[in-house]
Amino acid sequence: MAMMTYLDAARAALAEEMRRDPTVWAVGEDLGRGGVFSQYRGLVEEFGPERISDAPISEAAILGAAVGAAMMGTRPVVEMRFSDFALCAVDELVNQAAKARYMFGGQTRVPLVVREPMGMWRSSAAQHSQSLEAWYAHIPGLVVVCPSTPADNKALLKAAIRSDDPVVYLEHKHLWPLEGEVPDGDHVLPFGQAAIVTPGSDLTIVSWSAQVHVCADAVATLARQGVKAELIDLRTLWPWDKETVLASAARTGRLLIVHEAVQAGGFGAEIAATAAEHITARIRRLGAPRAPIGYAPPLEDAVRVQAPAIVAAALGLVNGRQLG
Amino acid sequence: MPIPNLDLSRLRDQHRMMWRIRALEEAALRGLDEKIVLGAIHPSIGQEAVAVGVVGNLRRDDILLSTHRGHGHTLAKGANPDAMLCELFGRIGGNCGGKGGSMHIADFSVGMLGANGVVGANIVIAAGAAHAIKLKREDRVVCCIFGDGAINRGPFLEGLNWAQVFGLPVLFVCEDNGFAATTRTATMTAGGGPSVRARAMGLMAEEVDGNDILAVDSMARRLVAEIRAGGGPRFLHAHTYRLTGHTGADPATYRPAAEVAAARALEPIARTAAVLAEAGLSADDLAADRAAAEQEMLTAFLAARAAPFPDPAVAFTDVQDAGAPSLEHV
Ligand SMILES: Cc1ncc(C[n+]2csc(CCOP(=O)(O)OP(=O)(O)O)c2C)c(N)n1
Ligand SMILES: [Mg+2]
Repeated sequence: MAMMTYLDAARAALAEEMRRDPTVWAVGEDLGRGGVFSQYRGLVEEFGPERISDAPISEAAILGAAVGAAMMGTRPVVEMRFSDFALCAVDELVNQAAKARYMFGGQTRVPLVVREPMGMWRSSAAQHSQSLEAWYAHIPGLVVVCPSTPADNKALLKAAIRSDDPVVYLEHKHLWPLEGEVPDGDHVLPFGQAAIVTPGSDLTIVSWSAQVHVCADAVATLARQGVKAELIDLRTLWPWDKETVLASAARTGRLLIVHEAVQAGGFGAEIAATAAEHITARIRRLGAPRAPIGYAPPLEDAVRVQAPAIVAAALGLVNGRQLG
Repeated sequence: MPIPNLDLSRLRDQHRMMWRIRALEEAALRGLDEKIVLGAIHPSIGQEAVAVGVVGNLRRDDILLSTHRGHGHTLAKGANPDAMLCELFGRIGGNCGGKGGSMHIADFSVGMLGANGVVGANIVIAAGAAHAIKLKREDRVVCCIFGDGAINRGPFLEGLNWAQVFGLPVLFVCEDNGFAATTRTATMTAGGGPSVRARAMGLMAEEVDGNDILAVDSMARRLVAEIRAGGGPRFLHAHTYRLTGHTGADPATYRPAAEVAAARALEPIARTAAVLAEAGLSADDLAADRAAAEQEMLTAFLAARAAPFPDPAVAFTDVQDAGAPSLEHV
C-alpha cells in the first residue's frame, strides 16, 4: 500500500500500462507539458513525444484518429481535457467508436480510452463543469467509468486500457488532490463491480464519482442520528452492478440514488426504474436542478447536491410509510 | 492517336474492373427495384475511373476508408461481390453479417476499414489509421476517399491538419462529382475548393480529370509512391460526374437532361474502351469484358437473393465485451 493522490494514481496506471504494452499511447492537447491538470507529468520524459503525443485543438480529430489507430491495432488513450469539450467529438465517439465493431459485423474492435475530466470544480461555470455520464451510458457499445478514489482510479484506468471496448473514463476534477491508499502491484478491477463503502441496514444510498464523498458525509450525519445507511459506490455506470444494488435495496427496503448530474434523465432514473421493476422498496433519487452551472459560488452551490439534502432525503425515506 | 508507352494489359485490367463496378451497381439497383435492397444505396455509376485508378495503386495491405458511395472503392480493393450483395440485401454471408448494409460495408481482410454513413467522418479516422502505421514504423499507406460535400465539414480541416502536422502516410482523395445530394456543391462552398484548402494547410495537392483512367492511374501512382517514401500526406482532387441520382431512388430532376447527356458522353468506361480500341483491342474483346462482369454479378446477385436472413439473436452479438446486451428484451 502507498498513499497517493487520485491524480497520481491514474498517472501511475498509465505509466505501468505503457511499460507493459508498447501499443498503448496517449494523445491530447498539451500532454508534452504534463497536460492541463498535470496528469501526464513526467511521462513524455519516459516514453517520448510519439507515445505521449501533443495534439492540435481538434477534438474531433483526437477522438477520430484514436478510432482509426485503435482499429489498426494500437491502444490509444485520448485526453479530452474537460468532458465538456468531448462534445466536439460526439460523432467520433457515438457514431464511430461505439458502432464500428457492431456495424462491421465483428471485424474489428475499438480499444480506446477517452479520459474526460468532469464535474464541478472551483467556479468553472457552465462549459467546464458538467456531469454528462448518463448520455454515455445510453449508448450501446460504450463502457462508462466514474472512479471516486485513488485506488479505483488506478485499478479502473488499467482495466480501461486493457479493455477491447471503447471506454469513457470520467475522472472528477475535484478529486485530483484526494489522497488514499493504493494497493501496490498490478491491481486491476473488473467493470460492473460496485463497492460497499459503508455497510448498513436502514437504507441503501447509491452514488458514484465525487458525489460518493458527499454521500459519505451524509452517512456519518445519519449515523449520529441512529440511521444506518449502506453506501454503495457504483464505480462503473455501464456495466453497472445491478446485483449488488438490488440485493442491498431489497434488504434495506429503501433506495436513494444521488448524483451530481442533472436529475432529469440522469442515470439515477435508470437505477430507480430498474429497482422498481425488480424489488419492493421505497425509492428516491436526488440530482441537480435542471439549470446550467453558474460561476459565482452561491450560484454554483445552488445546483450542487449537498450533504444536508441527502440527509433530508434519506430521513424522508426512512420515516415515510413503508411500501409493500 | 495511339498513346506512347501504353501498358495495354494494365489498361485492360482496369477496363474489366470498371465494368465489374458498374455491373455491381446495376445489380444493386436491380435489388432496389425488387425491394431486396432494404435501405438507401448511393450508386457510383460514372465514377468508376476514380475507384479503379486510385485504389488500383494500393497494395493489399494498404488501408482504404470510403464513403456512403463506396461500392466501387470496396470492390477495387479486393472485396468479394458475393459478400457485398449479401450485405446489401441484409443476408448471412454479407461482409458485416447483415449488420451494416450499403453504408457500412467493410472488409478488413483486404484492408477496407469501412464505408461511412456520416459525411466527412472517415477523414479523421483515416488520419488515425495512418498515425498507427507511423507509430508501428510500417510502410503501409492509407487512402481516404470522400466527396466534394465533405470538404465543408469540420473533420476535413481537422483531419488534413492532423495528417500534415504528424507527417502521416495518407492519400486524401476528393471524389468531386459536383453534387452533395441535390445541391450543387459549388453553390455552398467558399473559396477555391478542395485543393486550395488542402494547399493552405501545406499539403501537396493535385487535380485530375477523374474520368480519365490513365490520368488518375498515373497521378495516384506517383502520389502513393511519394507517400510510401515518407513524404507525408498528399491530396488528390478528382473531377467526375454522378450519372445517377444521389440515391438509387432519386430521379435527380434538379439537373437539366442536356447536362447529364453531356456528362454521359465523357463517362470513363467508354473513354477507356476507345483507348483500348485505338491500341488494337477488338470490339469482341471489349464486349467480352463487359459480359464477363455482368455474368459475375448476376451469379452473385442470384446467390445473395437466395441467402437467408440472419438469426435475430445476432442483433445482440458484437456490441461490446463488458455489459453486453442480454436477450431479456426479446
Ligand atoms: C454529417 C452528415 N450530414 C449529412 C448527411 C446526409 N448526406 C448523405 S450523402 C450527402 C451528400 C454528400 O455529398 P458528397 O460528399 O459530395 O458525396 P457524394 O454523395 O456526392 O458522393 C448528404 C448530405 C450525412 N450522411 N452525414
Ligand atoms: Mg459529391
